[in-house]
Order: sequence, then structure tokens, then C-alpha cells
Amino acid sequence: MPGEALDQIFVRAKGSILSLLSGAPEWLVQIVSALISITALLVVFPGLFALISVLERKILGRFQNRYGPNRVGPFGLLQPLADGIKMLIKEDVVPTRADKTMHFIAPIMMLIPALLALSVIPYGRNMTPFAIDAGILFLFAVGSTTELAVFMAGWGSNNKFSMLGAMRAIAQMVSYELPLIITVLPVVMIVGSLSGDAIVAAQDGYHFGIIPRWFVTTPWGATAFLLFFASGLVESNRTPFDVPEGESEIVAGHMTEYSGFKYAIFFMAEYLGMFAISGLGVTLFLGGWHAPIKALEIIPSYIWFFAKLSVLLFVFIWIRGTLPRTRIDHIMNFAWKFMLPMSFACVLAAALWHFQAGGLRGWLWSFALIAVIYAGLSRLLQTGRRFAPRTYRFAE
Amino acid sequence: MNTAAFVVIAIFTLLGALAAATLPRLIHAALSLVVGFVGLAAFYILLGAEFVGLVQIFVYVGAVAVLIVFTILLTRREATERDPFNWLGAIVALAVFGGLLWTISHSDFVWQAHVPNQDLTVRRIGDALMTAYIWPLLCVGVLLTAAMIGALILVYEEK
Repeated sequence: MPGEALDQIFVRAKGSILSLLSGAPEWLVQIVSALISITALLVVFPGLFALISVLERKILGRFQNRYGPNRVGPFGLLQPLADGIKMLIKEDVVPTRADKTMHFIAPIMMLIPALLALSVIPYGRNMTPFAIDAGILFLFAVGSTTELAVFMAGWGSNNKFSMLGAMRAIAQMVSYELPLIITVLPVVMIVGSLSGDAIVAAQDGYHFGIIPRWFVTTPWGATAFLLFFASGLVESNRTPFDVPEGESEIVAGHMTEYSGFKYAIFFMAEYLGMFAISGLGVTLFLGGWHAPIKALEIIPSYIWFFAKLSVLLFVFIWIRGTLPRTRIDHIMNFAWKFMLPMSFACVLAAALWHFQAGGLRGWLWSFALIAVIYAGLSRLLQTGRRFAPRTYRFAE
Repeated sequence: MNTAAFVVIAIFTLLGALAAATLPRLIHAALSLVVGFVGLAAFYILLGAEFVGLVQIFVYVGAVAVLIVFTILLTRREATERDPFNWLGAIVALAVFGGLLWTISHSDFVWQAHVPNQDLTVRRIGDALMTAYIWPLLCVGVLLTAAMIGALILVYEEK
């Protein structure tokens, strides 16, 4: 296969480092191998975070018809460096009446799950840092501990805004974890495995030689992907679901009492969580590191993965620049009345698709099922409320 | 290596459990309990039951701990004075521990070294749950649904 040397360059580099240790005991080789993978993760993702933080500000600037940061370095690209130094030398303020231990541990507890979650995603051919049989479950298991970290931040700060923000964050995270997990279920059902590598391998090849066999090209896959993406927005507390840190009402939610580098860690954990959710979306629905066209398979697999990841991240930023903040009761109603039934519909549709052994009939059947359930839900949820012109009593 | 890991995890888990039982502030105790839960999950993973370990974290840390913490938050003000030592509680705890120890050490199952001949993959667990153990699974499902509906009925306000 052409370009294989370039495709496997990182795998081979790791292999040659490990071959220096030949003759050493096995546990030493294992530890060094793990350390190499960890180092790679710790270099790539915080680097990507720095890049995204400046790109997000620049893209949002474009949306809002202004320039964005452009003073530090060429095109403002060194802005994250300046921000990092600023955050490091800022005073670390801890409230006197805060629960000091919890206040201190919370940012760390927030960052660890985000980093762990990134370790099970296949970034390229043979490039899964931590390939276990239950990879997807591992990601969700460590991801679910984030709620406790948010709680610790809110409680430890001993501040009403922090506590309110933490309560809101936990409420919406618990509600949307359900649709998030159930939309993953169809893919796991069809593939019959919880490991990222097997899921990516199942999306290899092309329908009719052109359309890639990614799960997003099936009706259940497309629906599940949209639902998954919306739940991902909520889980990473992004607009339009950023009520936990709604700055116009509760300052910064659970991060109100954090300053300096602790705040930076929260910020980084949030972005790393976003990368993990997007990476999972790419793995599950967008074919992982597979190329969209056969002719383009010369380009190394990891470049495809990161290209797809950047597209998803751009959509995250795009949505942030476009949509206003949603009200908390709307978020909750949407989760329980629409997202949950629709994600169950995806599971059913995937079962139908599997029953018809894929193909055109399976495609049509699952499409029909999803369309019927969507139409029924829309009818049921229609409140029939008409919007009258608003009357002002005091503001006239 | 496994023995060293076992000792480290055991100390970690026991310290978490001890802190959960002795810390004066309830919220600290609840969070120390989480350390114990994570330690247990580590035990399962050490024993090769990767799936059980991950589910332990998922259910106990992700859901039960959040539930406990929320219950504390919503129900009681911070108690300032400590309760006197509860002798009855200690006796009950010792009795339960002793009973469990006696039962486990007298069951044949523990002493037959039962090493699974295949890797314990999620696929095999799923197959077993969906074929041999389908009835227990369904019964647990019905039980949990009933509990959930019951909880809803308890808090439901007639309008």
C-alpha cells in the first residue's frame, strides 16, 4: 500500500524506541510503552487546546464582524502563550470560608477524566493508546465521574452562584447522559463490540464503490449522530446549553471562585472533554480514520481523523456563534420528551436494519420507522400555543 | 507485581472506607466513600473482570455517589455536634461482617480455584445475559421499573 511508511510513522517510531529496551524485563517495557503513549496524548491535546482557544476567538470574531485576537505573534497565533503566562502569574484566590481541600481537588478531578477519556479513541491505523475490549464503556465510565468534580467545585467554593451553577450542570449532565449512551447503542449493536478499533474496522469499504460505509450514511446512524451531537453539546456545557455558567445570571457557575491557573485547568478540562466527545462521534459515526474516497487513502489515517475532528470542532464553534442560550426547563423537557424517545427509535431502527441484513430494504425500513416516530412525537409535543403580541404592563 | 498492586489498592480502599465512616462532615464522608468505590473497581480490574470494574465506576461513582451527595445537599443542615459512639451500630456491623466472613469461607465456590478458560469479553457476558440468564435479567428490569414508578408516585402532586 502506498504511503504506508508515512501512515505508520508514529507506530514505528514507538516500536523503535521500545526495541532499544530489548532484553529488559517485560514490566519495564510495558511501563515505558504506556509512558510514550501518555506523553503523546499530553503533547497533542493540550497543544490542540491552545490552537482551538485562539481559533475559536478568531472564528467568533468573524461571526461578530470584528477581527479577534491579532496582536501577539503572526495572526495572533501566539495568544495562547500569552494567556498561559498570564494565568500562571495571576494570584490564586481561595475564599476564606471555602472548603479548602475540595476547592483544591475539584479542578484536578475535572481534568483526569477528560484525559483518560481521550486514551481509548483510535486516532489512526494501529494508533489506539489504550486498546481495551470495553473501550467505549471505559470512556463513559470515566466521563460520568465529571459530575462529582463539578459538585466538588460548587460545594467547595461555598458560594451561592457556584452551588447553583453546579446544580444546573449536574441536572443537565445527568439528563443528557441517557440519550448520549442510548445513541451509542445502535452502533454497538450492529458492530457487536465495545472496542473503538472494531467499530472503526466495521466502517471500512464503500457502498457501490463510492459512498463510504460510515454509519452516518444509514438512517439510524444519521439520526443517532445528530442526537449524539446535541447531547455532546450539553455534556461539554457549550452554547446553546451553557446555563451552568450563564454569565448574565450566575457569574460563572461552579467556576465563580476560581482564578489563575485553577480556572485555566477548568477551561482546559472543558475543551478536552469536547475533544473526547467529538473524537467519539468521529469513531462511532464518521468512519474513524477511514478516508471518504478510495483514491484518497494515500493520505495517512491520522490526518483523516484529525480533519474530521476539526470539522466537528468547527461546528461546535459555529453553533456557539449562532444560537442564543436555552432556558433550563426547555433543556430538560427536550431531553426527556424528545431526545430519549428518539434515541430509542434509533435502537429500533438499527435492529430493523440488521434484520433486513442492511441493503436498500433495510435502509428504507429503518428510514420509515424513524420518520413515523419523529412525526408522531412532533404531533404529541405540539402544545398548540399561539404566540400573541406581548403586552407590557410596566415598561411602557 | 500483582501482589504489590493488591496491597496498594487494599490500603487505598480501606483508607477511603475508614474516612467515610469517621469524617465529621457528612459531605466529606460521602466523597471518601467514592474513593472506596474506585478502589473496589480497581480490584475487579485487577482480577480480570474489566467489564464489572467499569460498570462499578459507571454506576457507583457516576450515579450512586451523585445521588448520595444530592440527598445530603437537599435534606439536612450541617450538624455541628457529633453523635456519641453508637454501640448498637458497631455490634450490628460486626455481626454482619462475621456472618459474611463465615458464609464465604464455608462455601465450596471460593476454594475451588475457578479460572475461566477464555477471556472474559463483553461479548461473552452479553451472550450469557441474553440466553442463559434472560429470566433473572428480565426480573431485575421489572423490579427496577417498579421501583422507579413507585418513587414517582410518592412524589407526584395531584393537580
